[in-house]
Amino acid sequence: MFDLFARVFGREDASKDVAKERLRLVLMHDRGSLSPQALEDLKNDLLTVISKYLDIDQEGFQVDFSRHDESMALVANIPIKRRRV
Amino acid sequence: MGEAIVITSGKGGVGKTTTTANIGAGLAQAGSKVALIDADIGLRNLDVVMGLENRIVYDLVDVVEGFAKLRHALIKDKRFENLQLLPAAQTRDKTAVSPEQMKDLVETMKEEFDYVLIDSPAGIEQGFKNAVAGADKALVVATPEVSSVRDADRIIGLLEAYEKHKPYLIINRIRPAMVKRGDMMDIDDMIEILAIELIGVVPEDEAIVISTNRGEPAVMNQNSRAGEAYRQITRRLRGEEVPFPKLEEESSLFGRIRRMMGLKG
Repeated sequence: MFDLFARVFGREDASKDVAKERLRLVLMHDRGSLSPQALEDLKNDLLTVISKYLDIDQEGFQVDFSRHDESMALVANIPIKRRRV
Repeated sequence: MGEAIVITSGKGGVGKTTTTANIGAGLAQAGSKVALIDADIGLRNLDVVMGLENRIVYDLVDVVEGFAKLRHALIKDKRFENLQLLPAAQTRDKTAVSPEQMKDLVETMKEEFDYVLIDSPAGIEQGFKNAVAGADKALVVATPEVSSVRDADRIIGLLEAYEKHKPYLIINRIRPAMVKRGDMMDIDDMIEILAIELIGVVPEDEAIVISTNRGEPAVMNQNSRAGEAYRQITRRLRGEEVPFPKLEEESSLFGRIRRMMGLKG
């Protein structure tokens, strides 16, 4: 009953809107993500390509997904030792 | 040549088996020749939902391994002679069958039946891969809850990766009164999120529990709202254009009083 009053007086969002918003965010994450194996493969491929031009610190090389408010991003951190060419 | 349709969901407990039983019985009632395959090896249940658990002699694994002939393993339904069930093995696991073997089995069955319905296990592992292997079409069952919709989205992604399956959505156990007061996702919300074509909306209905208790699919019960929804899905699968009716609210006393007071929630 309290729920009903709260809603009648506009104090609480309908719970389906909360569900939809939470789903929107979680699905954005699910849909954009790769499996751990695929991410590892991507990382190795990137490493091969970048190593043609730059000598990079493999220990510190990191690739991961990062969620910003409205979108997903692939963030790579690539410490460079020196230029190759 | 018949059509093979897999009924799947990702999440367990959303009504795959009940949906398979009811659509199967509905198609048979409409005159089609129908076979049901329980692909949930190790956790079979389609037999009890259909009320056929006492007639099992051989199962799917026996057929795949060549231990029994398909026609000996198929169980005739009590009510419709054009409806048959191939039960899952109960004492084996999903690895007893490969996707290639399932595909061959389904192909063989499509020669004899108009529809081959495959009841998929929950999950996305081998059991799921077996179930979808031979299917031409997929029905994704989801309830209007975040966990179910999330898993359905994952399943739809996997089905699209297999390419040949065009997934259709069945919204199960929707509660019109909760939708009306904004406490349950509506049909449009779910279509918007999952972005696939809708083929059925089944309301929450006590008749499902009762019919499962008795082992008699609700689709045969003319007074059941869920049964009516399954009959409509059946007609759509057979190619008929059936409009989606507006969700009807069950007439509870509380609901009527609230309407009188003009509180729409």
